[in-house]
Amino acid sequence: MKKAFRYSLRHSLPILISFIPVGLAYGILMQTSGLNWIWTGVCSLFIFAGSLQFLAVSFFAGGVSLAAVAVMALLLNSRHIFYGLPFVERWKRYGPWKLFLIYALPDEAFSLHCSNSFDDGNEEHRKWSQIFDALLILVYWIVLSILGALIGSLISFDTAGIDFALTALFLVILIEQLKASGGSRFPALIAALSSVVCLLFFGPDGFILPSLMITVVGLLAFRGRIGGKEKEAGHE
Amino acid sequence: MSREGWIVSVIAVCALCTLFERALPFLIFRGERVPEPVRYLGRVLPMAIMTTLVFYCLRTVGFGTAAAFAPQLISCAVTAALHLWKGSTALSIAGGTICCMILTQFVF
Repeated sequence: MKKAFRYSLRHSLPILISFIPVGLAYGILMQTSGLNWIWTGVCSLFIFAGSLQFLAVSFFAGGVSLAAVAVMALLLNSRHIFYGLPFVERWKRYGPWKLFLIYALPDEAFSLHCSNSFDDGNEEHRKWSQIFDALLILVYWIVLSILGALIGSLISFDTAGIDFALTALFLVILIEQLKASGGSRFPALIAALSSVVCLLFFGPDGFILPSLMITVVGLLAFRGRIGGKEKEAGHE
Repeated sequence: MSREGWIVSVIAVCALCTLFERALPFLIFRGERVPEPVRYLGRVLPMAIMTTLVFYCLRTVGFGTAAAFAPQLISCAVTAALHLWKGSTALSIAGGTICCMILTQFVF
């Protein structure tokens, strides 16, 4: 357990760095919208989805119906419906912790689960390394957003560009997956093609859901070609 | 509805919608045996989704001015090069991020 925790501390460090500007900015935005740090903490704990929390600030002002809030929330984070698929089987064995892992599954947690290489031969410890990963980023997110609300206005350090940490993390995980893919890089190829095409057609705000849907269809269509060759993608 | 009541309602709706989307695959494939096409997707999707997420992070990159694309794309190249060279996740991310901060704040 201790080893799993130490692994997760190191493993989740890039997320902590990338959360610094975003979490602080979120807390500051909430504060300037007249909502104090308690509301910030409540949102970070219960919603735990960065972009939706930013959008929700505009909902708080009113002028929309709850149905409209629901539709926009579902659309904005629609990519999340794919995040559980790789873990459907494994997490079945995790008992009640499965529920926690499902709740705590934003982009950042998904990327950590995909790149989790903790393996000391003990399945129980492996489970805990995934739980610690999710738990740590949840704590980082809550603490940083509350800090933003409390002392955000005092910080004058220029953080422009630091949000690239998340891009870099995703890129590094992708490179690791490509190295470990054992031949077939087709999933990356089809996702890249579909992303470029959908970015051109749907623009930056709406591309990700159509792109993921086309990718899934494409992967299923070429299943015969890559299904046999494809070993474990990533480490999962 | 009071202001507090409205805010709590919005938070509840946002939280439930997010939870629903994250739980959907688990709700659909509840049975003992997961269908083979889904297991296959589980194997190939991580690489595909990580690729899509990289594009997602870079979605606002434009080609109108150098400042709109150069810091991000150069930093991506630096991150990838560092990673292929040294293979250290921490070094690659730190190097790429510092590069992006310098380029954003002082160069472009």
